[in-house]
Amino acid sequence: MAKRAAPEVNAGSMADIAFLLLIFFLVTTTIEVDSGLNRKLPPIEETEPPVIKQKNIFTVLLNGNDQLLVEDEIMEIKDLRQAAIDFLDNGGDGSCSYCKGKRNPDSSDNPTKAIISLKNERETSYKQYISVQNELVAAYNVLRNKRAEALYGMSFTEMEANANDVNWPGNKAKLKDQIDQIKEEYPQKLSEVQ
Amino acid sequence: MSKFKKKKGGDLPAISTASLPDIVFMLLFFFMVATVMRQNTLKIENNLPFADQVEKLDKKDLVMYIYAGKPSANYKQYGSQARIQLNDDFASVSEIASFIAAERASKREELVPFLTTALKVDGETNMGIVGDIKQELRKVNALKINYTTKKGSVLNQ
Repeated sequence: MAKRAAPEVNAGSMADIAFLLLIFFLVTTTIEVDSGLNRKLPPIEETEPPVIKQKNIFTVLLNGNDQLLVEDEIMEIKDLRQAAIDFLDNGGDGSCSYCKGKRNPDSSDNPTKAIISLKNERETSYKQYISVQNELVAAYNVLRNKRAEALYGMSFTEMEANANDVNWPGNKAKLKDQIDQIKEEYPQKLSEVQ
Repeated sequence: MSKFKKKKGGDLPAISTASLPDIVFMLLFFFMVATVMRQNTLKIENNLPFADQVEKLDKKDLVMYIYAGKPSANYKQYGSQARIQLNDDFASVSEIASFIAAERASKREELVPFLTTALKVDGETNMGIVGDIKQELRKVNALKINYTTKKGSVLNQ
């Protein structure tokens, strides 16, 4: 008896259909950039601002021509990060046991008291403003990373990544406490003058 | 009554294309998964600035987008000053409050405190308009903001 093969379905046009869909998705794809600098705006309050010692304030001024004036001196953006680190980590009054700074009595007392004040003009370009914000956030991150390395042998960014990672096997509650402690030692005090 | 002759010759057999659909499907699935449909049609130039200390915005449904920049080439009749875009159209600063209220109303109540405002602002824009947006956001108590940036070094842009 002759063996009869089942008739084969022609799959030749399958590729065409798939190509059609592929091209549609290729065209509509925008691999979105959804990352950026997170900031918190201050709420509108009527209360008087507390009096802060001048030496605990690090003033950054950004003028309409995108020039940078830091503590009354003109500065390039590439030097801003180091200047901010020096200011924050100074530990002038000796109350900060973990600071590695120069302990200059004319600079900030303690990282928990140090405030960076950023002022910009209406004509400042957004690009420059973001660059400055980025450098100031970087200064905090550098200090937090150093502190985290010294305490827990892990960088702060790594700790935060672990805290957000669902699959991380370690003790989450303990990690959160450690993160909070470092945040307390180097709080981000970045105020913007309107 | 017919007889078929079997062709026999020195021809190379044709290469089978049966696996072509599989390859194409593989690519197709990749793009289907990676695709994010654009929510808003941009009417402005939106060349974001660079930064390298970025954090990811994870919950996409809890983000409100505010765009700003110069009108793009097709909308030159709106002038060359930077404008704000909300949803699909140009808007003025005073419309931000109602935009935020509408976004909040569309979310479940318990999620409202987690809403973040993402500012997608063109790098060449002046800070004046950004300051106005921020002031308006403070008024409606939408304090969590994110300056959306591209990843890259700030020094050599």
